[in-house]
Amino acid sequence: MTRSGFVVANLFRKRTRTILTLLSVIMAFLLFGLLQSVNTIFNAGADFVGATRLFVQARVSFTSPLPVSMVPKLEAIPGVARVAYQQWFGGVWQENTPLIMFATDPQRYHDVYPEWVMPDAEWQAFARTRTGMIAGKQLADQYGWKIGQKIPISSNIYPQKNGSKAWVFDLVGIFDGKDEDWKKRTNLAFLQQDYFDEANQFGVKGRTNFFILKLTDPAKAQAVTKTVDGMFENSPDETKTQTEKDFNISFVKQIGDIGLIVRWILFAVFFTLLLVVGNTMAQSVRERIPELAVLKTLGFSDGSVLGFVLAEAFALVLLGGLIGLTLASIAGAMVEKGTGGQFQLALDGSVWLLGVVAIVLMSLAVGLLPALRARRLRIVDALAGR
Amino acid sequence: MLNQAIAISALGIRSIPERWAPSLVIVIGLAGVVAVFTALLAMATGFESTLKATGRTDLALILRGGSDAELNSAFDRDSTDLIKQEPGIAAAADGKPLASAELMVIAELVRKDDVKSGANITVRGVEPAAFGLRPQLKIIAGRNFRPGLRELIVGSGVLRQFQGAEIGKIVRMRGSEWTVVGEFSSGDAHDSEMWTDINVARTTFGRSGSSSVLAALDGPDGLQRLKSAVAAEPRLSMDVMREQDYFSGQTKQFRKTIGFLAAVVTIIMGLGAVFAALNSMYAVVAARGKEIATLRAIGFRGLPVVTSVMIEALLLALAGGALGALLAYLLFNNLSVSTLGQSFTQVVFNFKVTPQLVARGLIIAIIIGMIGGLMPALRAARLPVSASLREQ
Amino acid sequence: MSELMVQVRTVTKVYERGRQKIEVLHGLTLDIPRGDFVALMGPSGSGKTTLLNLIGGLDQPTSGEIIVGGTRIDQLPSGKLAHWRAHNVGFVFQFYNLMPVLTAESNVELPLLLTKLSAAQRRKNVAVALEIVGLADRAKHKPKELSGGQEQRVAIARALVSDPHLLVCDEPTGDLDRKTADEILGLVQVLNRDHGKTIVMVTHDPKAAEFARRTLHLEKGQLLEQAA
Repeated sequence: MTRSGFVVANLFRKRTRTILTLLSVIMAFLLFGLLQSVNTIFNAGADFVGATRLFVQARVSFTSPLPVSMVPKLEAIPGVARVAYQQWFGGVWQENTPLIMFATDPQRYHDVYPEWVMPDAEWQAFARTRTGMIAGKQLADQYGWKIGQKIPISSNIYPQKNGSKAWVFDLVGIFDGKDEDWKKRTNLAFLQQDYFDEANQFGVKGRTNFFILKLTDPAKAQAVTKTVDGMFENSPDETKTQTEKDFNISFVKQIGDIGLIVRWILFAVFFTLLLVVGNTMAQSVRERIPELAVLKTLGFSDGSVLGFVLAEAFALVLLGGLIGLTLASIAGAMVEKGTGGQFQLALDGSVWLLGVVAIVLMSLAVGLLPALRARRLRIVDALAGR
Repeated sequence: MLNQAIAISALGIRSIPERWAPSLVIVIGLAGVVAVFTALLAMATGFESTLKATGRTDLALILRGGSDAELNSAFDRDSTDLIKQEPGIAAAADGKPLASAELMVIAELVRKDDVKSGANITVRGVEPAAFGLRPQLKIIAGRNFRPGLRELIVGSGVLRQFQGAEIGKIVRMRGSEWTVVGEFSSGDAHDSEMWTDINVARTTFGRSGSSSVLAALDGPDGLQRLKSAVAAEPRLSMDVMREQDYFSGQTKQFRKTIGFLAAVVTIIMGLGAVFAALNSMYAVVAARGKEIATLRAIGFRGLPVVTSVMIEALLLALAGGALGALLAYLLFNNLSVSTLGQSFTQVVFNFKVTPQLVARGLIIAIIIGMIGGLMPALRAARLPVSASLREQ
Repeated sequence: MSELMVQVRTVTKVYERGRQKIEVLHGLTLDIPRGDFVALMGPSGSGKTTLLNLIGGLDQPTSGEIIVGGTRIDQLPSGKLAHWRAHNVGFVFQFYNLMPVLTAESNVELPLLLTKLSAAQRRKNVAVALEIVGLADRAKHKPKELSGGQEQRVAIARALVSDPHLLVCDEPTGDLDRKTADEILGLVQVLNRDHGKTIVMVTHDPKAAEFARRTLHLEKGQLLEQAA
């Protein structure tokens, strides 16, 4: 037997009570894991995109188009290495599955996004084939697309010249990401801007939604931003330029303060849990006053006894917390698999870290008062039943 | 038997203050579950009712075929004029069709509470007929815009959530300056919009057609006639629907998402509450052990004892549920928030804690209370009488 | 090595109950030589348990000195006092105060967690202690599976396991029937005679006091006489 063995033995002194308390802890941390993951998805800020690109959109809204003719002016700006552009296509797969799909210039796009991994032959095929399209690996795997297939995709914004909303593209390439983070983002598809200009019914030509500026030096981001927006101020094509990362963040912010909602829910959950587990711990110590007094008679110091109680609280919350987080991991991974990577709910390192911090804090919160009581108790009074 | 149950329950309930700790756990635990459940669904209800209130059944919204949102829809001048002539559309006193062509464009405003991020607001260019078609829309401050000028009237929802659009302020769009001259209120999604003259919008934004046409329907079969006429006309590829159906459809995604979130959170929290309730009720039964054994020794039967424990659990659960609903109401009812609508523009809405929502929350509390009380109640009934009497 | 195990010098103990001050011991002085077996008797309220607690280092006097095994324990800070208890005294209480969640042998092992002994050494000491009290075959039983007398034996084994020189017993047979009580007291005698432990025992049972070498009587916080 060891001190830890003693702590664990005491934990299960009233088995039903311990198990029910444990189950409450598990539920709380299960919810914590899932909600924090949701929060992370929305608010990660996507640091991994790096600081080498700027997004330029129409000041008013990214749904408003800008003329492609702006490209040479943008490329002339010192600090800009290369300019690419993409236009929202409004692609829809089968009946009603929206796709993240853009019309773009293949060569320029390839230059600006070295993070995508695709054989040169496929990039060239994309540039060469008028009706060609490339798709991210995740997307292709999800719908079973193979290179060489003709993929029917409709647009909910742009009909073809013949009036039909249905477009067909030749899948000439599938791209993957250079690392874990980029692999997770391979849920996009691209078609040729030239083909789009030529084939759409509205005669929309030479328009795009975003310019993507690749910087020669990330440190120049602020300077270039100022130059670009200054260049088009007061013109009908006023721009808003920001780093790619800021663009991602601001988009999420428009949905709402997800972080706030998650925090409120978790606050309610952990407050309640604090009460439940705190009550259990307090009860458990109250029942054991004479035993704790005996420990002191044996020579365990006041601090040791405090330690035993804290350790017990910690063991309870740790066990429940780890199980809860694991369940959240499993559930999250299942959701991720089930939606083909659309909802990346699998718990990552940051959520686990936060979970462990929560475990430690909760253990202290529920264990401290009972532990202090145990430390304070006087042997003589306790043994006499006072 | 009922009398016995009531008598025992009364005894038990009177002694609750002695067992305040486990009782409090049940009350607070259930308050938490019901509060969160109510708040989440109040968000969904608020959003849904704002959009549902928008749109009437006697108005038809006409969009370009295949577009699922006003933003994605666009048709040219000719089509606009053509559709207004179609049968099914009611006529005004002067014989002209009661229809308003409208153009949707987007402006950016800054949120009141978060100065760094901008959000997209719908700007709707309208014809004069638009006001007649929407009698619920009233100018409540300032004045209406004058045709031909770059003037805006702003919905009260916009003013609640965003800054820079107060009367007298200048809003910059596409390199031009617009003056805000009035505030309107219509009690629906239009409160999240800014309105202006459609022709001024067209020239500023380089558009010549419209996004949509809103038309008054002529008689109960007006919609059908309009639909058939449009289908028969080769030059028009349009979708015709009741205005209300369009807005109801817009809420589907949000409702599904929030509904799913609320379900998952409530189930997990509910399970946690069940375990906490079980724990507490076992403690309660243990605390009342001697009292229960004495009652049974006297002659009270098992069933009244079970009932009394269940009644205690239910009362505590209901108290918790009511507390939770009250908290949700006090904290969240009429809280104004905004989120991304279908057109990537903001929809401003209020949380709504309705009586039905409160009722549903209380039902959840009752269910949890019953589950939490059942097994401890059975244990109470089966405790060996003599052992319990001997226990300290 | 002092001849005297316990020296109590004009010890007074005052308790505060609310605003009342109750003086339980009045300037008590007594000596207990090494290897003695003393029974402390007296009516309830006489202060015998209080005196026992002071000798065992469970409490400290309001004034006076207490020297046990050559160490002054009356003014040790509580941390040091706890450490002293672990290495110098063994306790046996009326109600056995075993940890219900531990087996007999784990209960006996508990005090050894305060030492630097390895797990293997601890197990050896536990086995020896259980052997001495005659309960080696019940090592793996939990307290609720043992009879009253057996529980008390385990408590005695636990008191012995760190090999202290002094054993302090508070009404060790108060809850046992005659036959079992005699067995336990016989065991305590063996510990005194064959293992050289100094034993101080509080009891209200004259038959139990007969097992001791001498009996001291207390009344109202003072020693009455020293009977041989």
